[in-house]
Amino acid sequence: MTRQHLAFTLNGRQVETLVEPRELLIHVLREELGQTGTHIGCETSHCGACTVDLDGISVKSCTILAVQAQGSDVMTVEGLAKNGELHPVQEGFMQEHGLQCGFCTPGMMMRAYRLLQENPNPTEAEIRWGMAGNLCRCTGYQNIIKSVQYAARKLQSAKEG
Amino acid sequence: MIPGHFAYHAPASVEEVITLLGQYGDEASVLAGGHSLLPMMKLRFAEPAHLIDINRIPVLRGIRETQGVIHIGAMTTESELIASALLNEKCPLIPEAARVIADPQVRNRGTLGGDVANGDPSNDHPAVMMALDALLVLRGPRGERVVSANGFYQGTYLTQREADELLIEIRIPTPPPGTGQAYCKLKRKTGDYATAAAAVVLQLDGTRCRKAGIALTNVAPTPLRADAAERVLEGKVIDEDLIEQAAVQAMAICDPAEDLRGDAEYRTHMAGEMTRRAIRLALQRVQGKSP
Ligand SMILES: Cc1cc2nc3c(=O)[nH]c(=O)nc-3n(C[C@@H](O)[C@H](O)[C@H](O)COP(=O)(O)OP(=O)(O)OC[C@H]3O[C@@H](n4cnc5c(N)ncnc54)[C@H](O)[C@@H]3O)c2cc1C
Ligand code: FES
Ligand code: FES
Repeated sequence: MTRQHLAFTLNGRQVETLVEPRELLIHVLREELGQTGTHIGCETSHCGACTVDLDGISVKSCTILAVQAQGSDVMTVEGLAKNGELHPVQEGFMQEHGLQCGFCTPGMMMRAYRLLQENPNPTEAEIRWGMAGNLCRCTGYQNIIKSVQYAARKLQSAKEG
Repeated sequence: MIPGHFAYHAPASVEEVITLLGQYGDEASVLAGGHSLLPMMKLRFAEPAHLIDINRIPVLRGIRETQGVIHIGAMTTESELIASALLNEKCPLIPEAARVIADPQVRNRGTLGGDVANGDPSNDHPAVMMALDALLVLRGPRGERVVSANGFYQGTYLTQREADELLIEIRIPTPPPGTGQAYCKLKRKTGDYATAAAAVVLQLDGTRCRKAGIALTNVAPTPLRADAAERVLEGKVIDEDLIEQAAVQAMAICDPAEDLRGDAEYRTHMAGEMTRRAIRLALQRVQGKSP
């Protein structure tokens, strides 16, 4: 099958590669572009481990063709930290023990990142509703909620400060 | 898990889509949100030779109201339905159903048109569209036609849409003041399809029910319109006794498959219970009290 030229912005950088139309975004990110931070869990659109930001919305990159990202702005977990400094969401997961094995964490953090842009001051119920597309086999979710709350406070105080 | 080989097309206009559909017909599939189609392609249940991606056509998106009709573009996402001030005010049944579909990421991609066109009885919007008497606008090489959501579903994955037709928009007569609506869905967890669900639309004339729309999700090979249940309520002041009779009529038409959600008897029973709850809730919403 012929490969197609694909160009998009990844974590603020312009990237290009050749892909088959049937390749999924998750595979191109990991295998062609070497960005292995985004994980593959179920590959059936259920677990959310593959969550990335696509033009300002959270999506499951196992259920989008790479060619659909043509000209788009994609952000993955590798784009969270800036100048060696952790993003408040990452800091929250560290401080509040929001992970155990860490497999779900890149997807959790990318969803939390976008959720806090959509709703900077969510209630606990809103966090649970907003994070419902991400599964975790380890933590029981309590500390994930606390991590998101930590990040919300930190982002709010940065805005006010 | 990756799909089989296909040629990818990303047309920029509806006209181009129609041309491609005319050219490839049943060799082609339209790619909307992709959250039913891509999983099917990964499993090789679907192997289209041509994939026509309609995500780059802005006219297929959006919600507006003109002359008592709400128009929703086929590519409007579940998240957009939930956020719509127009729908929350004038037709809250649609955002209510969208909120119990899948999860935030899936709802960011999944579209109303895809959910309606898919033809899977477990999709939630078809019953909602039937209860609301929605019209579906289809366009193909032979022109445009408008069909009712009632009658559109003929079997599992079998609809009135021809292989070369594109669903353009969904039209819903704006429910008049005095209408109560509710969608009640039983599911085991976030991201699960319905064990059973009921969509109810009640138009009241004072205390009397002038018109009822009741439809059921995932309890037969197609979504079901529960006409006999509607007739129990129409022309009457709805009380618990009538609600029970309507639920019995709704259960009488169920023919669910046994699956991990339960056996046929349980799922039929749950369809009855969802019907009772949705009627009570719709009444409560329009009258501010339960019967
Ligand atoms: C984890 C998960 C949970 C889910 N839970 C639910 C649920 O509870 N309830 C529910 O209703 N759905 C559920 N879904 C499916 C829903 O999310 C899909 O989005 C929806 O069924 C299809 O819409 P789509 O836009 O993704 O369409 P696609 O997957 O792109 O297309 C579906 C089918 O419709 C055809 N089609 C799409 N648009 C058009 C058009 N405009 N004209 C002609 N043909 C068209 C396609 O060719 C294809 O055959 C779930 C999905 C996932 C992944
Ligand atoms: S890998 Fe994409 S949702 Fe699980
Ligand atoms: S930390 Fe192990 S799956 Fe979430």
